[in-house]
Order: sequence, then C-alpha cells, then structure tokens
Amino acid sequence: MSMILSALILLPLIGAAMILLVPKDTVGTLSNIRWIALGTTIITFAVSLVAWHRFDATSPAFQFVEQGAWISDTIRFKLGVDGYSMPFIILTTFLMPFCILASWISIEKRVSEYMIAFLVLEALMIGVFASLDLVLFYVFFEAGLIPMFLIIGVWGGKRRIYASFKFFLYTLLGSVLMLIAIMTMYWTAGTTDIPTLMTYSFPAGMQKWLWFGFFASFAVKMPMWPLHTWLPDAHVEAPTAGSVILAAILLKMGGYGFLRFSLPMFPLASAEFAHFMFFLSLGAIIYTSLVALVQEDIKKLIAYSSVAHMGYVTLGIFTLTPQGIEGAMFQMISHGLISAALFLCVGVIYDRMHTREISAYGGLVHRMPLYAALMMVFTMANVGLPGTCGFIGEFLTLLGSRIANSWVALFATTGVVLSATYALWMYARVVLGKLVKPELMSIKDLSPREMVLLVPLAVLTIYFGFHANAILDVVSVPTEPLLASLKAAVGSVKTAALALP
Amino acid sequence: MSSSLAVLPVVAPAIPELFAGAGVLGLVLAGAALGDKSYPFIRWLVMLVLAVTLVLVYLASGTHAEAFGGAFVSDGFSRFMKIAMLWGSLLTLIIAESYLKDTRRQAFEFPLLILISTVGMMLMISANDLIALYLGLELSSLALYVVASFDRDNVRSSEAGLKYFVLGALSSGMLLYGASLVYGMTGEIAFAGISKALTGTASVGVIFGLVFVLAGLAFKISAVPFHMWTPDVYEGAPTPVTAYFAAGPKIAAIALLVRVVEQAFPGITSQWQQVIVFMAIASMGLGAFAAIGQKNIKRLLAYSSIGHVGYVLVGLAAGTPEGVAGVATYMAIYLVTSFGAFACVLAMKRNDVYCEDISDLAGLSKTNPALAFAFAMLMFSLAGIPPLAGFFAKFYVFAAAVNAKLYPLAIIGVVTSVVGAYYYLRIVKIIYFDEPKEGFVPAPIAVRFVASAAAVLVLAFVLAPAPLVTAATAAAKALF
Repeated sequence: MSMILSALILLPLIGAAMILLVPKDTVGTLSNIRWIALGTTIITFAVSLVAWHRFDATSPAFQFVEQGAWISDTIRFKLGVDGYSMPFIILTTFLMPFCILASWISIEKRVSEYMIAFLVLEALMIGVFASLDLVLFYVFFEAGLIPMFLIIGVWGGKRRIYASFKFFLYTLLGSVLMLIAIMTMYWTAGTTDIPTLMTYSFPAGMQKWLWFGFFASFAVKMPMWPLHTWLPDAHVEAPTAGSVILAAILLKMGGYGFLRFSLPMFPLASAEFAHFMFFLSLGAIIYTSLVALVQEDIKKLIAYSSVAHMGYVTLGIFTLTPQGIEGAMFQMISHGLISAALFLCVGVIYDRMHTREISAYGGLVHRMPLYAALMMVFTMANVGLPGTCGFIGEFLTLLGSRIANSWVALFATTGVVLSATYALWMYARVVLGKLVKPELMSIKDLSPREMVLLVPLAVLTIYFGFHANAILDVVSVPTEPLLASLKAAVGSVKTAALALP
Repeated sequence: MSSSLAVLPVVAPAIPELFAGAGVLGLVLAGAALGDKSYPFIRWLVMLVLAVTLVLVYLASGTHAEAFGGAFVSDGFSRFMKIAMLWGSLLTLIIAESYLKDTRRQAFEFPLLILISTVGMMLMISANDLIALYLGLELSSLALYVVASFDRDNVRSSEAGLKYFVLGALSSGMLLYGASLVYGMTGEIAFAGISKALTGTASVGVIFGLVFVLAGLAFKISAVPFHMWTPDVYEGAPTPVTAYFAAGPKIAAIALLVRVVEQAFPGITSQWQQVIVFMAIASMGLGAFAAIGQKNIKRLLAYSSIGHVGYVLVGLAAGTPEGVAGVATYMAIYLVTSFGAFACVLAMKRNDVYCEDISDLAGLSKTNPALAFAFAMLMFSLAGIPPLAGFFAKFYVFAAAVNAKLYPLAIIGVVTSVVGAYYYLRIVKIIYFDEPKEGFVPAPIAVRFVASAAAVLVLAFVLAPAPLVTAATAAAKALF
C-alpha cells in the first residue's frame, strides 16, 4: 500500500508545525518562517512529482489507494487518485511555492500565522482531490473555508470583513445541502465509498434531488452564474496569494465535483439537467463577460473573467461528450495557470502602487518592458489565443457543445469575442499608451523574485498550448469509462421507457 | 450476614449514586462543623468523591440492571450519559476556583451544592418511573437554583437565581401534572408499564399528560418555547455556574427526555415526535437568529445553547437507535466544546474585572494568540465546521433525521446552522480581524488547561472519531 498521498497531505502540516516551533522575536524569525514555508511547499511539490512519475496514466483505475478505519466500517479513511484528480494535485503543489514567494515581501504582519494558514490550506486542498470517501471529501472540502476565511479577513483589503463573511456563508450554505445529499446516499447505498457509489445506480427520482444537493455546493464553489457574487468581493479583498489559490484551485473543486460525483453517480439527472446547465453556463459566459467589460478594478475584472471561463467548464462537462469533458478538464488546468499568473501580475503592480484601479495606470510598458511582455502572454492566453493553453480548453468545450447543441455553441462562441474585448482593453489601458502619470515615472521593472514567479508560468502557458496531449492523454483515460457508463445508464432508461406500452 | 448480602444485589446498580449520596451527607456534616474555612478541604473532597463516582460508573458493567423495585435503572445509556455529566461537574469545580476566589465567594457550600445536584442528575439519568423522575429532577434543581444566585451580593446573580427558581417551579408543576395525568390514564408509574398500557391510539388524557411532561422537561433543556429563562440566567449566574448549566443539567435532562419518550411512550411515537420536531425547529431557528444581536458573550452562548438543544432534538425526533446515538455523541462533544468556550470566557479578565462584552475580545489574536486560537477553534466547532468535533456531532443527528426520512427537518436544521455560523464567525472576526484592545491578565492555570484541552480535543477528534461514536452507538442500543 503506497502512502504517498497521505504523505502529501501530511507534509504541509509538518511544515506548519515547524513554523509554530520557530522561536519568536529573534533576528531572522521572519526569514526563517518564510524559508520553512517555501521549503515545505517545494518538498511537497517534489513528492507530488514522484507520485506523478509513478502514476500510470493509461489506467482508469484509482491508484495509490490507501485506506484505514475512521468513523465506522462504512465511512472509512480512503485515498486514491485517477486521471481527473492527479492533475489537480500537481497543480496545487506546483502553485503553492508561487503563493509563498508572492507573499514574501507584501505580507509583513503576522507572517507565521499567514504561512501556517497557507500550508494548512494546501494540505486540505490535496485532501479534497485525493479523497475516495464522500464524508472524508466533505471534511476536506469544508475545512478549507477556515484558513481561507482567515486569509481574506486578516490580510485582506478594506472591505475584507464583508468579503470574508460573504465567502464563508455563501459556500457553507451550498455545502450543507450537499451534506444532506451525502447522508441520503449513505443510507440508500449503505456506504460512502466513492468508487462503489460510482457504480451504484440510485433511483431516477432520487437522483434529481441528490444532483441538486451536489449542484448547490459546486455551483457556489465554481462559481456559476448567478451564484457568483461572492467571488469578485473575495478576490478583490484577498491578498495576492489568496486570490491565486482561490482562482486556481478552490474554483476547480466545483468542476472536479461535477466530474467526480454528479456525472457518474447521477447519470440520469445529469443528462436531464444538461440544458439547465447550458443555460447557466451561457449566462456566465455572456453576462459576466459583459460585466467584466465595465470593471474599474483589475482584480475584479479578472474575477469576472474567471466566472466566464468557468462557464466553459460547466458547458463542456454537461455536453456529455469526450471533447467537452476533456476540454473542461484542460480548461480548468489552463485557467489554473493563467488566472494564477494574472493575479500575480496584478500583485506585482499593486505592491508598487497600492492600487488596483485601472485608471491609475497607463503606459507601464515604457518603464516595465519585461512585465509588459509577460503580462501580454497571460492576457493572450486568457483571451484564448491559439498557441497558448487557453485556446485548447475553449476550443474543445466549444467543439463538444457544437456536437451537443448548435445554438449553445453559437452563443458560447460570443464569449470568445467578449473575452478578447475586456482583456485586451484592460491590457491597453494599464500597460500601453503614454506614460503620463507622474507617480508611475519611477516604477521599477520586475525583480528577480518576480521573474521567478512569472517566467515558469509563461513557459507552461505556451508549452501546454503546443503540447496539449500532455494533459489530454491523462484526462481522456477516465473519461471513456465515465461516458460509457453514462450512456448505458441513460440508454437503459430509454429502452425501458420504450418497452412500456 | 446473609440478609445484608441479599440486599446487595438489589442496590448494586446504584452503588455510584449511593457513594456520592453518602459523600454529600458526610461532607455537609463536616462543612457545618468546620465552617467556611473548610472550603479548600471540602472542595478537594468533593472532587475526590466525584472522581471516585466517575470511576465507579466507568467500572459498572453497562448491562441492564434495576434497583429499588424497578424505580432505578442502570444500563449502557445511563452509563454513557453519567460519565459525560460527571465530567461536567468535575470541570466546573476545576474552573470555578479562581472565580470564587476573585469574587470572595469561597464558601464550602458551593462544591457541596454541585455535588448534590450531581447526585440528583444521576438519579434523573437512571430514573425508570415517574416518581424517580420527579425526585431526581427536584433534587438537582433545588441545588441549581441556589448556585445560580451564589454570587449573592450581585443583583444580576440574585435575579438569575430567582428567575430560575420561579420558572423552574412552574415547569416542575407542569411536569408533575402531566405525570399524574399519565398515571391516571394508564394506572402505571413505571416506564415499562406505561409503555405496555399505551399501544395503538392514545386517549386525549394521555396526550395531555405527555405534552405536559414534555413541556416540563423542555424547560430543563431550555428548548423553545420554554427557553425564556435561559439568557437571563446564563448572563446573571456566575460564569463557572453558567458553564455548569450548559453542560451537566442539560445532559441529564436530555438523557431523561430520551428515556421517557423511548421507554415510556414508544407506542405513540407519532404523538411525541411532532412535539419534538416542533421544538427542534423552533429552538434551532431562535438559537440562530436571536444570538446575532447579542453583545454579551454569556448571553450569546445562552442562545447558542438553545440552538444546540434544537440540534440534539433533531436526533431524538428521528426516534431511532441512530438518532439516540447521535444525541449521545452530540452531548459528549457539546460538553467539551461548551466547557472550553466558558473557560475562554473566564479567561477574559482585565484590571480585576471579568469582561463579558464580545467587543472586549477585539484583537485577542495579537495580545494572546494561544487563547485566541483556542477560542476560535471552539467557535468553529460550535458552528459545526469540519474538521472540528462539532461537525461530527451535527453529522450524526442530521444523518439520523435523514434516515428517518425527516428531510424538511434536516434541511431546516442545516440552513439554521449556516445562519448560526454567522455569529460564531463574528466572534472569530473580533478576535482575529479587529484592532487589539488592552490584553487580558494571564488566566489561572486551571482555566487555561481546560480551554486548551478542549481546543485540542475538538481539533483532534477528526483523527479518531470511532471510539466515541462506537460508545454512543452501544449506549443507544440499551434503550431499544
């Protein structure tokens, strides 16, 4: 039995414990704390790479499965990964060192608590993706609220209290309904073991309610239009690294949840509500893109753009086609990289000017050429320019939606145009143009630390734009059996309906 | 010789109660003879008596055994609840010491009254007929009325005691009236006998009796609509006594309520179920909404405790072994969390004054990070956020309700828990987000120990939930 997944969960916690033990109030305390946090996240990333190396991407089965007694015989501690969860774990461990580095200078107060919160959050996020038991999943899923609440509330901006409460209560309300669904599944199927539940067929009537229970949680977490209003607030108020984690990982839990639970466990309901999901996804793509257009705060703009991009994810998933689902997975990974990079870019100029107003900037290219170049890469990726990873995900999901429903594809494609409008316009206003504002005259270009932050992300953004198969080969493996069982479930109901007089 | 041996099996199940009762009598004599200077000595002896009683209860077999002609029952359920309740009494004496010293109320009566009420509550938990029920309830209540007003020079404490007494007497009257109706209609006082007499449809008289009995017990557990006394008494009573009220008497009264409905009225489940469902919804709702506006931390915890009783009743409303196991789990976890929270409140002392305003906690995370962390974790646990223990408590009662197909109840319950999360978050917000005020003086070691031990237990519960859950499940089986 491999213990690598529990090791991944434990490592950040050990780092957090070490930070607690660092002697306070001595010279170098702060730098000790920062280095421990960075070291921990790098080691965790290295271990996750070992896991990735040993991971057999050609097998649809759950790997590195480990289990032990927990609450009872039927609710057990069980971990395991497949082609859907493994990429997210790598994404999480990969981005964490960036988060620590991004907070290196900008976080000055209560550094040890900040780093502990991030490390605990990392452990919980890995746990979410590695859980193979519903209750265990729920515990990790919800527990992440506590560190994130503190991160926004303690180290956030002016309206941090409002934003942190909204984030917490919104997400909690969605999740408790999922909890009721989990309990119902437990009493119906007699277990909360995820692989077992994936093959268990719930009665059609019950599936709808269970589907809605899970929908309530994931739609808030994604967030799907019109439940997205907590996200712009949370993003704007969170510190840079908090925004990165929120956009890159926490939002993906919703999409992951739809793929892991809703589709395989409630195939009938998923097929039935596909159009409902199309409607909401289109709402996200078109409406929030328009909203993004009029934003004056850079972070808020990226937040709305995230909602729009998540719209492609839900659209792709519920096309119930291989292109759509693989595209959605790809979109989530690529958005994880791009949104993280964009928030880091905002962080760079925020650290210098302490404002995120678009109108406060202009002509940065004259003083910050490196920054302008890198930001260009990420903006283009956000738009979905071919050659960047942003293109592949959007293209595949649109392809999938074209197979499922031409009208949906037509409307969804308008989002591509809209995203180009708001992203390029924002770029033009912030980076291009004449440098007229006196306070921007002495602004400095990227420091080596910031280069370390942004260059790897830029490289990956372009790399995945050309080598999409690096991800698609992994996610296509579990997609095949998922769609096969989905078809079988939906088909059997249809034939049963036909057999009736 | 032979006759005394013959007596032994008859009283054997009640040995812990007899021991504690003998302790009361002996220590009352000792206290009366030695006067107020005997306080430290009496306190240690009371704690010793409680500890030995705890061991005796722990060592008891847990198999069903009756004593005193069937009026007293000892089984797995009573054992579980008594252990939890006795811990509550012990912890009260541990955290009360510094408070009594500061308020100059170190009278030997205090530990004795706690012991007397503990004996009464043990009898409540083991009551197996209506008379024993009433006797246990009154024995504990009378002592509780006195400790509520123990800080007798303080107007609010006296008011708390008086209010508790008047309303408590009223509820006892209702309970007694209900009990007499039940007796009159069934001709039985033993729970087993009542259960045998009540099958199928119940007469109006029995239902009246049932409702009166439930109302009387609802008062003791402060379930809505019999909760009126709770905020005032919690606020006015000395803080360690408030901590005691939130744990011990509640555990005993809940245990009694569970035993009455499951053993005396299982034949008319649908009759009491609707009453319990109503009280659960009303308590959860009121607990969630009314606490939002509170400024006094003790008052806030009072409303919080009303809400928690609502969640416990959700488990009871299911009327299944899972539900009762949920109730037992909930009470055990609530005991730990609530004692931790009150220990934190006791640590709020500045310039020789005990602070009770929530705003006094502002910026505690900077002035006292350890206390702040403990307080925050306990608040998250009360809110029912995983991975803290409070989540598992709620998980079990709601799972039981779902299993009993009480979906609306479960959904209302989880939604109110989200509303309730708001005011727990508000405390966390004041502790972590607000600018610091002047720090508190370092708390006495006993208070710090209870607060940190509770926080550790609440945090670590997720690692090994099985032992408590297994014990609670076994305890619940004793009733079915």
